[in-house]
Amino acid sequence: MKPFKHANKSIELIDNFLNTIDQGSLIFKEGVKNYLYGNRENFVDNLKTLSSLETDADIYRRKVENILYTQSLMPQLRGDIMRLLEEMDHIIDMAKKNLFQFDVEVPAIPPELNQDLVKLTELSCGAIESVVPAARAYFRNPEKVKEKIHRVYLYEKEADKLADSIKRRVFQELPIPRLSEKFHLRYFTLHIENLSDASEKVADVLSIMAIKRTT
Amino acid sequence: MLYLILLSSGLLLGWSLGSNDAANIFGTAVGSRMISFRRAAWIASIFVVIGAVFQGRGASDTLTSLGEVDALGGAFTVALFAGFTVFIMTRSRLPVSTSQAVVGAIIGWTAFTGHETDYTVLTRIVSTWVSGPVLGLIFSAILYVLLRRILRRTQVHIIKQDTYIRIALIMAGAFGAYSLGANNIANVMGVFVPSAPDILLNFGLFSIDGVQILFLLGGLAIAVGIFTYSERVMQTIGKGILALTPEAALVVVLAQALVLFLFSSIRFSEMLVAIGLPPMPLVPVSSTQVVIGAVLGIGLIKGAREIKLKTLGGVALGWVITPVTAGIFTYFALFFVQNVFGLAVTSTPPEETVSVAEGIAELPAVETATRQFSMILPGLLITAMVAIILLVYLFFHQQKKRLQAENELLAHQNNYFNSQKAINELEINTIQMENTMLSNKLELKRQEYNNILMNISDQRQFLENLNNEIKSLVGEKDESKRDEKLKSLSSSIKQRMTFSREIDDFYGKIEQTHKDFIIKLTERFPELTEREKRLAILLRLNLASKEIATLMNISPKSVEIARYRLRKKLGVRERDNIKKFLEQI
Repeated sequence: MKPFKHANKSIELIDNFLNTIDQGSLIFKEGVKNYLYGNRENFVDNLKTLSSLETDADIYRRKVENILYTQSLMPQLRGDIMRLLEEMDHIIDMAKKNLFQFDVEVPAIPPELNQDLVKLTELSCGAIESVVPAARAYFRNPEKVKEKIHRVYLYEKEADKLADSIKRRVFQELPIPRLSEKFHLRYFTLHIENLSDASEKVADVLSIMAIKRTT
Repeated sequence: MLYLILLSSGLLLGWSLGSNDAANIFGTAVGSRMISFRRAAWIASIFVVIGAVFQGRGASDTLTSLGEVDALGGAFTVALFAGFTVFIMTRSRLPVSTSQAVVGAIIGWTAFTGHETDYTVLTRIVSTWVSGPVLGLIFSAILYVLLRRILRRTQVHIIKQDTYIRIALIMAGAFGAYSLGANNIANVMGVFVPSAPDILLNFGLFSIDGVQILFLLGGLAIAVGIFTYSERVMQTIGKGILALTPEAALVVVLAQALVLFLFSSIRFSEMLVAIGLPPMPLVPVSSTQVVIGAVLGIGLIKGAREIKLKTLGGVALGWVITPVTAGIFTYFALFFVQNVFGLAVTSTPPEETVSVAEGIAELPAVETATRQFSMILPGLLITAMVAIILLVYLFFHQQKKRLQAENELLAHQNNYFNSQKAINELEINTIQMENTMLSNKLELKRQEYNNILMNISDQRQFLENLNNEIKSLVGEKDESKRDEKLKSLSSSIKQRMTFSREIDDFYGKIEQTHKDFIIKLTERFPELTEREKRLAILLRLNLASKEIATLMNISPKSVEIARYRLRKKLGVRERDNIKKFLEQI
């Protein structure tokens, strides 16, 4: 049926977009682990996959935007929806940039920090992986958004705590001779932690959008 | 003709209704660009006319029973001053309802002509002013709860939901327009009903009588109002007062349509009577006030946050101010119409009322028997003509579109070919330039080879001559002659050793390659001689004094002196390197 052609197409695109963000988070996690444990080949492979996922996400977002605006779909909500997609796209952009920074700057990470950094990555990715179902819920069942986003806030808080402890160890406990190396480690901790902050921002946007739809 | 002129006030009222009240139906959909204004206007107009013609009688009968305005002059005045009241109150930004104005004007007429006002009917009408918005509130609250439940249960994707709501809004809009036509046509044409022509047009499948023709005209006036003026109102209302979510907008439109439908449906009223309930009063109600009620209903469900007491107060104030103002205006206007313009405002005057223009008063009561016209054949002819015109239009429209598409394609192809042509020309020009450069280079090389050849043959000639001279000297006995000849040989060899032509060639090439340097040098130091410029070039080439001496055909000592002079002229200090200085120019 013609009126539903564009609607179905944009639904498919949004679903694909959310899948891409979810996959991007998994690949980022794998990439960081591979870097920390020295699996260079796998790391480069992850980097390439994440880069292509990021491009796909951009394409899906633009297509959705195009359909929503040219077909005048949801004139009152499309602004919010596009903002949500942009914020989520920002997450995968950041993940790709982070992995590229690992590749370009090759930070020297002391093995003592490996476990903590893996945990930090898992917490940040946990925040991303929790915000994706919340976004899906917004489109079909906005009442469920609230109960899904509380996980994002939890992961973000834990990631913050762990990042603080890593930075403390880098500057106060570990025998790292050069200040520049300490700075370098701090920045990489911050980069990973920022992913959970970006997810929290998406969660904020989602909670307002859900309130708008449910009241 | 006079009939039409007198009807004009009603048509004006219809135009005003169309331009204002259509916004209540399609305001949100058009304001939020869910459907285009044109599409909304067509749907609204068609359904308003259908509703007016086929279901408009119920509400207008009630108005007639309130006060049967039985002369055209009276009907004209009542409609005109009801419209005037609406206009004045709208300008003063007071909430106004056309129905209330019309009721007030009719009461004004009954008061002026001395007819009795049916207070039972009046009470019934006034009660609907309250019950209309209240019913709107109840319907919208129920519908909103139902819709929310359905949406929550089905968990449809938000984009698909939007499409469903869009379709539902169009359907609800059509229903709303039908109900608006059915209910509010009484406001527009109700007062003219007693003076309607007594004719019947038979279309075979259906027939329409004089009153329905009157309603058709009123419906068309509403449609004109929708097309000409309602777009602005829709934009304002859709983005302002009715800036609701699409779901809420659907509920509001549906609730309003239902209320207007119930207040105009004779069948529903009969149904109620059949099951032992009191009949539904068939009264024209204000669509705007029903909408306000419906919005309040949604507000109540959402937690009463959106209820504005000021709006409610305004509506209640309108219930009093509008009919009173319209009644007073009409009363005084009827006095003028009757006594100044001499038009009869009633055909059954009480004794004290004097009929001045009898001719006009007689107009509606000329014939009592209904005149019947068979409209089957003309109807079929008109339908066939419309169909043919539509087909021809569609055919030409299609042709035009096809031609446009073809032209666009051709223009695209043309642009493509033009750009291809331009690129080809550029390529050709580049190749031609390269060819010219290559042929120039070839010519230069040829000249060089010629020069070398000439040089070789020249040298050969010189050496052969030298050889012959030496041979002739071998057997020469005369010493003085031999010495003289040897001297002449030596001087010609020395002359040959200056290599003036080769040196000139060398300088020619050097000057060619260092053209920019020579230009800059001449600009900065115009007092330099040709020899000094040549020395500067040789120094820039980083040649040793000995080499420079050979090229300039002077001694190395002279080179040193020339170099010193050049240094002075260029202003280079002792400790600075002249070569570096020259390289920087």
